[in-house]
Amino acid sequence: MAKSLEDIRLRETRVWRSVFRTGTGATNLRRALAVQQNIFLHLFSVKIRRAALNFSVTWYLGTLSLSTFFILVATGIPLMLYYHPSVPQAYADMKDLQFVVSAGVFLRNLHRWSAHAMVLLVFAHMFKVFYRGAYRPPREFNWVIGVVLLIVTLFLSYTGYLLPWDQLAFWAITVGSNIMSAVPVVGRKFRFLMLGGNTVNANALLRFYVLHCVILPLAAVVFIGIHFWRIRKDGGLYTGGTTTRE
Amino acid sequence: MDEKEQLQARARCTRRESFVKLGLGSLGIAGAGAGVFGYEFLSPNVLYEPSPAVNAGKPDRYPQGSVTADPKAGIYIIHGPEGFYALSAVCTHLGCLTVWSPEQGQIACPCHGSKFNADGAKIEGPALRGLPWLKVAISEEGDLLVDRSTTVPPKQFLRT
Repeated sequence: MAKSLEDIRLRETRVWRSVFRTGTGATNLRRALAVQQNIFLHLFSVKIRRAALNFSVTWYLGTLSLSTFFILVATGIPLMLYYHPSVPQAYADMKDLQFVVSAGVFLRNLHRWSAHAMVLLVFAHMFKVFYRGAYRPPREFNWVIGVVLLIVTLFLSYTGYLLPWDQLAFWAITVGSNIMSAVPVVGRKFRFLMLGGNTVNANALLRFYVLHCVILPLAAVVFIGIHFWRIRKDGGLYTGGTTTRE
Repeated sequence: MDEKEQLQARARCTRRESFVKLGLGSLGIAGAGAGVFGYEFLSPNVLYEPSPAVNAGKPDRYPQGSVTADPKAGIYIIHGPEGFYALSAVCTHLGCLTVWSPEQGQIACPCHGSKFNADGAKIEGPALRGLPWLKVAISEEGDLLVDRSTTVPPKQFLRT
């Protein structure tokens, strides 16, 4: 009791109030304001149906996908500090991360397993939404955003696959980019632009690195933002039954 | 108002509309320009890739009836009964490097199991085509030269 009183006193200090304007969450209005006035939380509804919190509604698959994305960012940035996207240094750096750098093997394995988990969870999320019919109007546009996020996830996986620069990576990208060149008319040109040459080489490694570390994560963040905002705009999580537009 | 005046009134646009048109037009031109520049920027003008010409050494290195793989260059030098020829070792399916198996007398791809015989013809898919024949010539020093960028129709043997 004493602790919570202290807590309340802290929340009434001038510094606290300058950061969080809403003060204590003593009333429903205050709690709603705390969500609405927070830059991160304001994407979400200030109120949700209790049923939307049930495990059976979503199996929390969207939240779990987001969690793996956060783990991937948090482990990927430290990995960048020891990794040079050049030939043949990249392979040596990957081996250094495994055997020389303190906690390197932990970060690398966590990054790899989270990447696998994210692909799995994103697919599971898609199937769950599909079989519950949560893609139906008014949520049809958010389904499209979800498909974009699925593609971004797969491209993140694909571009990350080349970075260890081992035999598996080299041949996987050789095969994958040759599949891409089977696209009529533009396929070969697109492969040339993506690889920055005719073979999987130093240019390809650098382009995949930039895609993997900058362009695709930025795209993912933007589309994740739209995805969450649309949940609110489309009337909250689908909990079954009929829904109408707000 | 007669018909002509009506048409003129419709063709006329307000100052705001004309500025919007001007703005959108300039944005369109700038966007198209950025597209062209972006495409040019992303296409490398100089490639530091290995030369397509491979010097395979003196022909007498390759005994009659031999199939010699050069995995680094991605080619086979073959000395058949009718003369020398070179095959691309890159599988025509999805670009993996094939392997010559002397026991079976076949070229096989480790990725998806395509098989070819020693003159490049396809035995088994998923590859759709056989391995291409590459242009072979003799240099002034008497070395075998393989041009990986030029394919020739099959059965063009080089006799020394």
